Amino acid sequence: MNLLEGIRVADFTHAFAGPTGTVMLALMGAEVIKIESAAHSDVATREPQHARAMENVGIFHCTNINKLSIRLNLKRSEAGELAKRLVKICDVVVENFRSGVMDKLGLGYAALKEVKPDIIMLSLSSHGAVGPERNYRAYAAQMGPLSGLSHVTGYRDGPPAPIRSTADTLAGVTTVVPILAAINYRQRTGKGQFIDCSAVESLSMCMSDILMDYTMNKRVRHRDGNRDDFMAPHNCYPCKGKDKWVSIAISTEEEWRAFCGAIGNPEWTQDERFKDGPTRWENQEDLDRLVGEWTRSRTHYEVMGILQKAGVAAIPSFTNEEIVKDPHCKERGIFVEVNQPHVGKQIQMGLPWKLSTIRQVPIRPVPLLGEHNGYVFGELLGMTTEEIEKLEKENVIF
Amino acid sequence: MAEKALSGVKVLECCNLVTGPYSTKILADLGAETIKIEEPGIGDEARKRGPFLNDIPDPEGSGLFLFLNTNKLGITLNLKNPKGREIFASLVKETDLLIEDYMPKQATALGLDYEALSKLNPKLIMYSITPFGQTGPYRDYKTYCLNTLHSSGEGYLIPGGIEYLDRPPTKVGNLYADFSCGVIAAIGALAALYWTNNTGLGQYIDLSKQEASMFYQRWGMVRYANENLVISRATEGYWLGGIMPCKDGFVVFWCVQAYEWEKLKKLIGSPAWTEEEKFKEFGCAILHGEEANAYILEWLVNYTTEELYHMGQEAGVPFGAVRTAEDLVKSEQMKARRFFVPIEHPAVGTVQYPSTPYKLSETPWCVDRPAPLLGEYNEEVYCKRLGYSKEYLVRLRAAGII
Repeated sequence: MNLLEGIRVADFTHAFAGPTGTVMLALMGAEVIKIESAAHSDVATREPQHARAMENVGIFHCTNINKLSIRLNLKRSEAGELAKRLVKICDVVVENFRSGVMDKLGLGYAALKEVKPDIIMLSLSSHGAVGPERNYRAYAAQMGPLSGLSHVTGYRDGPPAPIRSTADTLAGVTTVVPILAAINYRQRTGKGQFIDCSAVESLSMCMSDILMDYTMNKRVRHRDGNRDDFMAPHNCYPCKGKDKWVSIAISTEEEWRAFCGAIGNPEWTQDERFKDGPTRWENQEDLDRLVGEWTRSRTHYEVMGILQKAGVAAIPSFTNEEIVKDPHCKERGIFVEVNQPHVGKQIQMGLPWKLSTIRQVPIRPVPLLGEHNGYVFGELLGMTTEEIEKLEKENVIF
Repeated sequence: MAEKALSGVKVLECCNLVTGPYSTKILADLGAETIKIEEPGIGDEARKRGPFLNDIPDPEGSGLFLFLNTNKLGITLNLKNPKGREIFASLVKETDLLIEDYMPKQATALGLDYEALSKLNPKLIMYSITPFGQTGPYRDYKTYCLNTLHSSGEGYLIPGGIEYLDRPPTKVGNLYADFSCGVIAAIGALAALYWTNNTGLGQYIDLSKQEASMFYQRWGMVRYANENLVISRATEGYWLGGIMPCKDGFVVFWCVQAYEWEKLKKLIGSPAWTEEEKFKEFGCAILHGEEANAYILEWLVNYTTEELYHMGQEAGVPFGAVRTAEDLVKSEQMKARRFFVPIEHPAVGTVQYPSTPYKLSETPWCVDRPAPLLGEYNEEVYCKRLGYSKEYLVRLRAAGII
């Protein structure tokens, strides 16, 4: 039995963040039914819309593997009743429309609770379902800055840095925490519940130390490159090749001595400027320059090999190409090949952990639009072929 | 006391710094009874990192530690000592989930071994968090947060923009990668708890922080394999919009859909350039983003961040404010959501803490106890739960075991 076997999810999410959470549920073995329609346009899409189409298609693929797809045109009132029938046989409903949209569709928590008293419903929106900004909208581009993370990311002399796609994926992954907590709670008590999730706050959580510095000391932190509060060296250093870097972080005296030994104890390592942690921190610009001189003539893989052997934390700034080809990632079996209809062979990533007793759910390709109409409407909901065909003609199953 | 989402779940934590402790904090705040084991006299390494109240270092006053360890019962126990490991075994018998984050070799040396422990408790879920997992050529490689970020390919993309290629990539926040791995760790634990309740079986989970961090870049990682595209800071810039300067700081706007572009043109007063062929249609305008941005900048500099944010949103154009920690604490939105909550702690008094991004209607988030002082719950755990006498505790302490 897989982790979430037996759990059925009605997935009303679209774009990037919401589907990232539900794909995680699907990869853990839940039956996730994606509600789609040719009538709704999605930012992440199966079809080329404009110049960024390839990106959007790629996002669609990685966030919708292992799901089932049905067509349901939510703009039609008949669709609401059908959606409720579906919810009645589901355990979890996830949606990321703008706040209020599900209510307007007659699919708000109160309505769904009536048809399925123990339903677990999660609403994800950029700002959350309550508060004066609940109707504001944000994509990943706005979420990073709004969360506070952009302000503390980037060069001291540069603008705040965008957080980009991770903003979406972090928000999506975060939704899985309360969903699973609620599933555990329901398992024990038989009670469902409503969960209101804010994407921006999911990101803010990841700078809690910086937030605590403000609430404790009224200190407003600013971006400052790779500078750490204590460690030095703590930076990315140039390596052989174009745009190649290695990250090195040294915390203890033991690590510092190991580092000096590994690079052959050059004279500068004995310098007064680097005699202890706080002094190294004070002189980190000089230190970074000297460390960089050593790394520059070596590949980032060589630097990792030399320093890790001595017990020093050094990891290349891997590119996506390097990761896919990396021997460690290969041995861990992180990437899986899947045969995607109309596209061909694709590589996708599964779950980030290995379980001793369960094999990972095999990766299944992204479903075609409405591929599981027959299974869901027919088999699960018990509708006849005539009923389904009628609704298809009326553009409800569309 | 109100029923919590994870009432009755028992967690044992042997972790340091951020990722492991954050994952168990998530569980503890959801109601799991979480015992945190720290090394006698030393404690969690997070106690040594700030922020400290008034910048005065105090192992009981680290803001990082206080945040990461709410609701936990902290005890001290020396796992290097054979007697310590014996006591540890008694605790393992009573637990549902053991989470540890030692390097593979250290874990083995400390007796954190699933085979042996599962004999004491067959339903045990044991969860190991390491930089690269338990197998593979990098299993013994060491990482700090900065290295984790780069091990996953995320680091290479920050900050996005072609203009930064001659400068090193930068970290995200302070400890971003460690926090984000903690969220994934909590998910694995929650799924395993559900599974164990269904099956009555235990299991071992091997979580690699590299893979956890990479999970947030699932799309980016496969783009090389699927599109033959190497992503970098150069490919992560914006075509149209992005973070741009304004009157008093920075603001961000980004149009994804055609109607948003139409609304933006209207918001800025439909100047003549927006009628030019290349800017008329959204699909075309995004190909001329740099030029469009230069025009839009002329308008942005007349307004403040907050003005643009609200004005834009009200006009249906997704503008965002670039916010600082202070802005967040003072934000009306976060106040309305009670994102920051006051928690009292003996060492630092009452301070506002970030709470949680999710609100569960039946099992609301709450803090029953602040982060523990070092060994604060020794008596509670050793005497009340394991039945040791206070006199015995004195001897254990004298022997450096607790």
